[in-house]
Amino acid sequence: MTNRHFVLACLTPLLIFSLAFLALPLVRLFLASGEGEAGWAIYLDILRKPRYLETLVLTVLVSLATTFTALAISTTAGMFLSRNQFRGRGMLLSIMTLPLAFPGVVIGFLIILLGGRQGLINQITPGHVVFAYSVVGLFLGYLYFSIPRVLLTVMAAAEKLDPALEEAARTLGASPYRVVIDVIMPGLMPSLIAAGAIAFATAMGAFGTAFTLATNIDVLPMVIYTEFTLSANIAMAAALSIVLGIVTWILLLIARSLSGTTVAAGG
Amino acid sequence: MFRSKTKLLQLSVTLTACAFLLIPTIMSVLAGVTANYFQGISSGLTFKWVYQVWELYADSIFLSLWIAFACLISTLIIGLPAAYGLARHPGWLSRVLEEFISLPLAVPGLALALALLQLYGSMKGFRASWTFILVGHVLYTLPFMVRSILAVLAAIDLKTLEEGAASLGASPWQRFRDIVVPNAMPGILAGALTVVTLSIGEFNLTWMLHTPYLKTLPVGLADSYASMRLEVASAYTLVFFVLIVPLLMAMQWASARAQRIAQ
Repeated sequence: MTNRHFVLACLTPLLIFSLAFLALPLVRLFLASGEGEAGWAIYLDILRKPRYLETLVLTVLVSLATTFTALAISTTAGMFLSRNQFRGRGMLLSIMTLPLAFPGVVIGFLIILLGGRQGLINQITPGHVVFAYSVVGLFLGYLYFSIPRVLLTVMAAAEKLDPALEEAARTLGASPYRVVIDVIMPGLMPSLIAAGAIAFATAMGAFGTAFTLATNIDVLPMVIYTEFTLSANIAMAAALSIVLGIVTWILLLIARSLSGTTVAAGG
Repeated sequence: MFRSKTKLLQLSVTLTACAFLLIPTIMSVLAGVTANYFQGISSGLTFKWVYQVWELYADSIFLSLWIAFACLISTLIIGLPAAYGLARHPGWLSRVLEEFISLPLAVPGLALALALLQLYGSMKGFRASWTFILVGHVLYTLPFMVRSILAVLAAIDLKTLEEGAASLGASPWQRFRDIVVPNAMPGILAGALTVVTLSIGEFNLTWMLHTPYLKTLPVGLADSYASMRLEVASAYTLVFFVLIVPLLMAMQWASARAQRIAQ
């Protein structure tokens, strides 16, 4: 067996697997989206029918809110943790990165423990404060899995920033505020955009969290799920999946070209 | 130490975020061992709920462990040779292939599960067996395995090492076994831990692919959240944490180690 043949043989299992279980199913999904009553106009229906349009708008709004909040929190915490050495730093870092692999359903449950009927907030505050099953609960759930993802990307970038630049700015008389705006932010910007794209894409497609919390809220993954299981509207479920898949894929492509890393989607 | 105002602000944001992430986790652990959550800890600590979880859901825990193991073997068989092939031929074709198999990282699991159901849903024997769930898990975890190994292989001078071995008469298979695999070991370890961790926690694909007779651990979790009392749901979450947190820490350690080598 020649070298070339051996390398080709090495790639064969991968080629067979991804053809059978990735390429063909995706083609089938795309074809299925055009097999409904509306035909290919189903993609226009997503924009024309209020139910789907409202779903899209709400999903984008919640995801945007999650993205910007997670960026603000994780950039602050990430800069702090990468610039200061103190006892307990490793502990804080572990706490903030461990939720990375929690499944979305578990995160949904944790939000219920915070804001459900028997939740912590309802117990310690007077009156009836239950927010787990509202948009606020969903937002907090998305925030829960976004903070670790953004933090890791920001910290990787912060460690590559040259502290000498900040020193120089300070010796030249720049205020701490100006140092952040003129020195740190421009240096972090590609990573912040990348981290934002990751957070946004993950929030758009988060099924597990929505599954536990959004029983009464129409966000995209839940609508896809109900169209498929309850309404048996397979064409619409397929079309929405294709749209969702393309959006998240493009976002993560942008993220990767800017920072070179992608943290797993999911949630 | 934290004298300036800015640092104090940064510290408080960090601590608030930590509290937000940690407090509900602690609450779920406590609720899982509390006799009556509504009355609070004062009602006493008990392992009653954990036992109940074991009686109700032991099957799903074992199914998850079994699928994670099978998933690890499958991703090794497919991913290790593939990473080698991609490392030996770094060109646009390899890049396209790598990008393509990474699609499951970007495309939500729900969409992938629908795609699999559309194509294979009518094959009853396959649809109803655990291998259908396995396919979903392999699809989702394979890119982690391939990339983890590829990153390590790309950092070493594979070509020179292999040429040296070839000039001494080693066959391609011998070079793969004696040079590539030992050198790729840190990447394989990091990839393996990632695959097992993700497989045990996978929900988005599995929820669509599972059948009533085949429930994995996270599917059982969703089930208990919907239909069991809070203490049982919490105890089940506790069991899940006990499984996943050590794996997660090992995974982070192994990935950091592999990354140091790859640089």
